[in-house]
Amino acid sequence: MSIPLLDVRDLTVEFATRNGIVRAIDSVSLSVSKGEILGVVGESGSGKSVTSYAVMRILDRAGNILAGETVYSGMDLAHMPEAEVAQLRGREISMIFQNPRTALNPIRKVGHQIEDVLHAHAQAAGANLKIAAIDALKQVRIANPEQRYHSYPFELSGGMCQRVVIAIALACRPQLLIADEPTTGLDVTTQKAIMDLVVDLARERNMGALLITHDLGLASAYCDRIVVMQDGEIVDQGPTKELFANPGHPYTERLIRATPRPDSTLRDLLTDRDDSASSEIPAPATQASSEVLLDVKNLVKTYPVGSASPLSFMDSVRRKVARTPAETFRAVGGISFSVATGESIGLVGESGCGKSTTSSMVSRLIDKTEGEIVFDGVDIGAVPAKDFARHELRSAIQMVFQDPTESLNPRFTAFQSITDPMRRLGGVTSTDEAWSRAERVAKQVGLPTHLLTRFPHQLSGGQKARVVIARAVALNPKLLILDEPTSALDVSVQAVVLNLLADLRQEMAISYIFVSHDLNVVRLLCDRVIVMNAGEIVEQGAADKILSDPQKDYTKSLVAAIPHFSS
Amino acid sequence: MSGSRLAIVGHRLLQAVPSVIGIIVVTFLLTRALPGDPAAYFAGPAANEESIAQIRAQLGLDKTLPEQFWVYVVDLLAGDLGTSLTTGQEVTDDILRRLPASLELTLAALIFSIGVALPLGIMAALRENSWIDHLCRVVVTAGVSLPTFFTGLFLLYIFYYLLGLAPAPLGRLNILYLSPEPVTGLYTIDSLIAGDFDTFWASFTQLVLPAVTLGLFSLAPIARMTRAAMLQVLGGEFVRTARAAGLSRRTVVITYALRNAILPVITTLGMVFSFMLGANVLVEKVFAWPGIGSYAIEALIASDYAAVQGFVLTMAILFVILNLFIDIIYTLVDPRVGIDA
Amino acid sequence: MSPLPPTADSQPTGGRQRSAKVFWSQFVYIATGNPVTLIAFSLFLLIVTVAIFGPSLAPFDPLASDAANALQPPSWKHWFGTDNVGRDVFSRVLVATRLDLLISITAVAISFVVGGFLGMLAGYYGGWWDRLVGRMVDTIMAFPLFVLAMGIVAAAGNTVENIVYATAIINVPFYARVARAEVNVRRNAGYVLAAKLAGNSDIRVMALHVFPNALPPMMVQVSLNMGWAILNAAGLSFIGLGVQPPTAEWGIMVAEGANYIVSGEWWMAIFPGAALMLAVFTFNLMGDGLRDLVDPQRRT
Repeated sequence: MSIPLLDVRDLTVEFATRNGIVRAIDSVSLSVSKGEILGVVGESGSGKSVTSYAVMRILDRAGNILAGETVYSGMDLAHMPEAEVAQLRGREISMIFQNPRTALNPIRKVGHQIEDVLHAHAQAAGANLKIAAIDALKQVRIANPEQRYHSYPFELSGGMCQRVVIAIALACRPQLLIADEPTTGLDVTTQKAIMDLVVDLARERNMGALLITHDLGLASAYCDRIVVMQDGEIVDQGPTKELFANPGHPYTERLIRATPRPDSTLRDLLTDRDDSASSEIPAPATQASSEVLLDVKNLVKTYPVGSASPLSFMDSVRRKVARTPAETFRAVGGISFSVATGESIGLVGESGCGKSTTSSMVSRLIDKTEGEIVFDGVDIGAVPAKDFARHELRSAIQMVFQDPTESLNPRFTAFQSITDPMRRLGGVTSTDEAWSRAERVAKQVGLPTHLLTRFPHQLSGGQKARVVIARAVALNPKLLILDEPTSALDVSVQAVVLNLLADLRQEMAISYIFVSHDLNVVRLLCDRVIVMNAGEIVEQGAADKILSDPQKDYTKSLVAAIPHFSS
Repeated sequence: MSGSRLAIVGHRLLQAVPSVIGIIVVTFLLTRALPGDPAAYFAGPAANEESIAQIRAQLGLDKTLPEQFWVYVVDLLAGDLGTSLTTGQEVTDDILRRLPASLELTLAALIFSIGVALPLGIMAALRENSWIDHLCRVVVTAGVSLPTFFTGLFLLYIFYYLLGLAPAPLGRLNILYLSPEPVTGLYTIDSLIAGDFDTFWASFTQLVLPAVTLGLFSLAPIARMTRAAMLQVLGGEFVRTARAAGLSRRTVVITYALRNAILPVITTLGMVFSFMLGANVLVEKVFAWPGIGSYAIEALIASDYAAVQGFVLTMAILFVILNLFIDIIYTLVDPRVGIDA
Repeated sequence: MSPLPPTADSQPTGGRQRSAKVFWSQFVYIATGNPVTLIAFSLFLLIVTVAIFGPSLAPFDPLASDAANALQPPSWKHWFGTDNVGRDVFSRVLVATRLDLLISITAVAISFVVGGFLGMLAGYYGGWWDRLVGRMVDTIMAFPLFVLAMGIVAAAGNTVENIVYATAIINVPFYARVARAEVNVRRNAGYVLAAKLAGNSDIRVMALHVFPNALPPMMVQVSLNMGWAILNAAGLSFIGLGVQPPTAEWGIMVAEGANYIVSGEWWMAIFPGAALMLAVFTFNLMGDGLRDLVDPQRRT
């Protein structure tokens, strides 16, 4: 255990870009021993992926290992000829990536893809190839491996694809496995299954493993030691328990605090470094009234089979996988719930459960098939979606979408995006009035006013998130629907945005519907939680109660899938 | 899986039917529904009152439009495209006689085009910024700017007049030679079948310059698409997985990259065929190639209406068949076809 | 994190003035940023200048025949030589620029407007709009396009106007497809949904939010299509359709020169052909430059 399997010393990597040479990582040193799982944690731009790509020598053409060594079993990979490194890849060191669907050759059967690896490293030949491939599928606990051998990636779910990717990586029994964000993009329950599988196999075979992730909770649950990276450098490292008990670097502390845990509060997420004035003020207490603002009864949404664009990709996959012989697909199958004035409820479920479809119907972007949507006493469900833009209640229901980049018109400045609803619905006509109102709302969301003239591609992720929120609250809506607003953000930015949302709710007395797959985050911001699965409501109740004492099996599996902090 | 593949192929065949119907309707409308007296068109510029009236009765142009359409379709199904003014023959016979020449030209051009463009595009993608990549980019940019008729003349000037390498542009075969026994109608193939290498060489050398001219323009989009598709696929995530798994370069490039990249290239071929069938006309004029393109030009000059209509119809049907062929190949190569994306 | 590019100013000045000034500075930025773009724009300027001033720039009357001086090779007097009836080839090439450009620009403009509009409707509303436009596009595309143009001109009459209409018709599918695809992709984008939430009606969303973002790829199409439209028109003239002698037009000049090239008098066909090539080449090069100009990612 003392001689490391992989020893990275002072690794420095540069990229030649259009704007000059960029140093991606600087003097990075880490080591992984046999049987050890090392976590590399950092936010976007930290260089964690670049490190692993450099080790595997699969850097982009523009990338260059400037200095340092990557020693594997005594051999320096960084300075080996490509032909020799290629021999080691897949046989000694393997890598799995995120986005399992795109990681597999779409027009080649998965069985053949596994065989390709076995063949390349002369692990089997002839008839044995197929047997070995099916065996590899068995090892990753895929059901019906003999049939799955003949499947194409598009016939498999995300979780199954990731299992195939793992099968390919482990087929030749390598000593070291590098896993680069292997669970990003997968459902929460699938995430747990995949991580458990990877760790089980690693322990069984006494492999060394390098887990790269932005999710501190995940790292703490599965890794023996953790290395923290920021802006291309290692800022902290140590055994997991010790690191969490005594973080050595302020950045580590900030990350730990910003990661929502079952027992953290909103303000816990922030540190003094965050430029949020509200961090000194205690978080607002729940202040839901008893007046019903939104009442949804027996809401149904069906799509005829073969129709274009059901809202979510997962819906269409579910449809195919289920092979429903029926002519219609029930995205939402008759749900009822209500939201009181000032209340914040969470709508939780995995991909394809119908939560996004529900929120789109409530916000009147799409039409319902059956049921009632009554808002502020008015049956808005009866108003067709295409006519709702002119309805008097349009400004009262607004939405914040998941990806701030995609939610902003690339040709509009922040100012134009924020003031568009003001001009359309708020009766603002003069530029001066628009400016003063835009500045006011920018202050409310903590967006520096000089950023208002910038285009989206000139803003950071956090800044774009603020613009999108500013636009949504510009007209003082009564109901704000937030569809996964922070899942595309770094965890430290997420902390700030969540606190901002809590403060806004207090200041402006808005009701929230917070749609998410992340129960921890939902708990922080919501009074009540509604759990959905396959278009139906499984369970609903007070947020704390659902998390601490789930009643239904599905809810239990959701709660169990949340990675636990070892503290 | 093959059962449903067959179903998809059958489905594609059915999808061609509306195209054919559309073609028939459009060619009908073009000739009957436009201002002016269609009978006069069909009778020709040299006709007098009497023959115009005769034609009108013969073609049923005095009937109502729907009735005319019915007659038109019935005639078509019987293979009757009317009579040519200039040759006096049935248009169908004229076209069938001259079709093999055009087919030979187009086939040769296609082989040349794909044979050069595909390797060029692949090499350019594999060796970015090398000399071959720059060559590819020059070919692509310049290639789409070349007017086909101009290139033909230019090549003629260089290779025939200046260098004396190419034979005179007098058609498919020098008059010294006899055309070979017709098996396929393609002189080059037929002479090989007959074992007559002199005739083969003679017909081949006549074919070279026109085929290269025709193929030069379509080189560009094929090379560009091949290069772009290869680059995109090589940068894709599944290629990254393959590399990380240690697959040999050959496997990565051919089995993983190329097979995926070929799909958009196959789709590009549709446009290429559209262009080729049209540019056929231009090349045949420059090289005096006796195919249906030059037949159409002669017909246009003589205002031989039935012949022009027959030409348009034939080319369109040919195009539909070619597109069907491409679709079927695509369906066979891509297992994802049939899934609504 | 990489440094963010600077913004032009922090407070907007008068609306129209600002946008004109900003547009011009962006234009210069794009044009000078890439040497290829610069060459393309310069050539385009040259061609447009010749098109506008061609007749005044021509040293000889393009229609004046001079039998005694027929088939003269290029000389200092006749830069491009003379043709079979003694007309100055250089003058004819210059004058032909206007006609060829006019034909193609008109044809492309018509097909851009018609095709773009139909494609937008098909992409945004889907349903039977999509089916209708799709059917129309498929019918046109069922023909080899040049052949269809031949058929249209043959049926409608052998005039220049019909060349324009025929070229316009066969180009409609390109614009319809690109517009449909680009609009379809953006139809459910976050900012489009946000625009609906902000109270924009469908038409406003289409016109102000979707279409301006769909424009860049369509602009590339326009430039590439211009080149193709010129080739089409010249091709039709080459086989005797549309333009009649003695009108000066590149395609017909090449046709007239074709008879003489095999006997060595190359200048009659080569010079108009080269001019044709240059024009098409310029438009193809401009494609990238145009896209950069309207793409906000490249703005200062």
